[in-house]
Amino acid sequence: MSPTFEELTVGQEIGTRSIDVTRQDLVKYAGASGDFNPIHWNEAFATSVELPGVIAHGMFTMGAAVQLVSDWAGDPAAVVDYQTRFTKPVLVADTTGTDQAGAVIDVTGVVGALDVDARTARVDLTVVAGGQKVLMKSQAVVKVS
Amino acid sequence: MSINPDLQGRSYPAAEVYDVGREKIREFATAVKASNPAHFDVEAAKALGHSDLVAPPTFAIIVAQRADAQLVQDPESGIDFSRVVHADQRFTHHRAIVAGDRLVAELHVDGVRAMGGGAMITTRSEISTEAGEKVATTTSSILVRGEGQ
Repeated sequence: MSPTFEELTVGQEIGTRSIDVTRQDLVKYAGASGDFNPIHWNEAFATSVELPGVIAHGMFTMGAAVQLVSDWAGDPAAVVDYQTRFTKPVLVADTTGTDQAGAVIDVTGVVGALDVDARTARVDLTVVAGGQKVLMKSQAVVKVS
Repeated sequence: MSINPDLQGRSYPAAEVYDVGREKIREFATAVKASNPAHFDVEAAKALGHSDLVAPPTFAIIVAQRADAQLVQDPESGIDFSRVVHADQRFTHHRAIVAGDRLVAELHVDGVRAMGGGAMITTRSEISTEAGEKVATTTSSILVRGEGQ
């Protein structure tokens, strides 16, 4: 059920989601997005440019995190504005050949502000991986009926 | 090579058209682990009032990064792509992107500032249909790391 504006309150939690990430997911995202920077799929290359290892595309994390909001809103097109800062890289371990995730991203969404005139809700996302906040000021503005 | 400070204020006109296809929407939605039926099933999208499959909220990055490539690949820019880190990103949707859209992006370099041995570059893509209808504005900051950063 899609939310209605009148039932929303600032501080209300919209839900949580846990996202398993593997190296294969990063290869898939590279193909889907066209971003083939090798720091997202090649360990030797990543370490040669002084990164601690293969890291997820920031845009993968941003794109996956907002799914909590899309599903809550009911219509993905209700997300009219979405922004974030990328503060920490999401390191993805090579777990190829196992059923283990290479990283886990935990997402929590809270209603941060309501605009009565525009009938929009700002959902603030907390996005954590490896015990660190990987996105900051991650905010999605949602049109609510 | 260092970043060319004269990039600020530069703009790159809309280049080739990006044709939004249903299978690309499905592929991108799968890649960001989206499960909303409006990305996959035309009838589900129509039930929500859309003319065709709806793109996920960050789909416009494909169009924006194609526009950014003009800057990154500009030999005058001095940007080493292997040292680029994405610092922030914003999408403002004037309307939803749907399958069948034919999109163009005009790229603007809104800011260039030195940071340590590197630079922070802010770009904005104004995405519209070929016919000129505004669809989305994306803004992006990239940090080009200097040596040892």
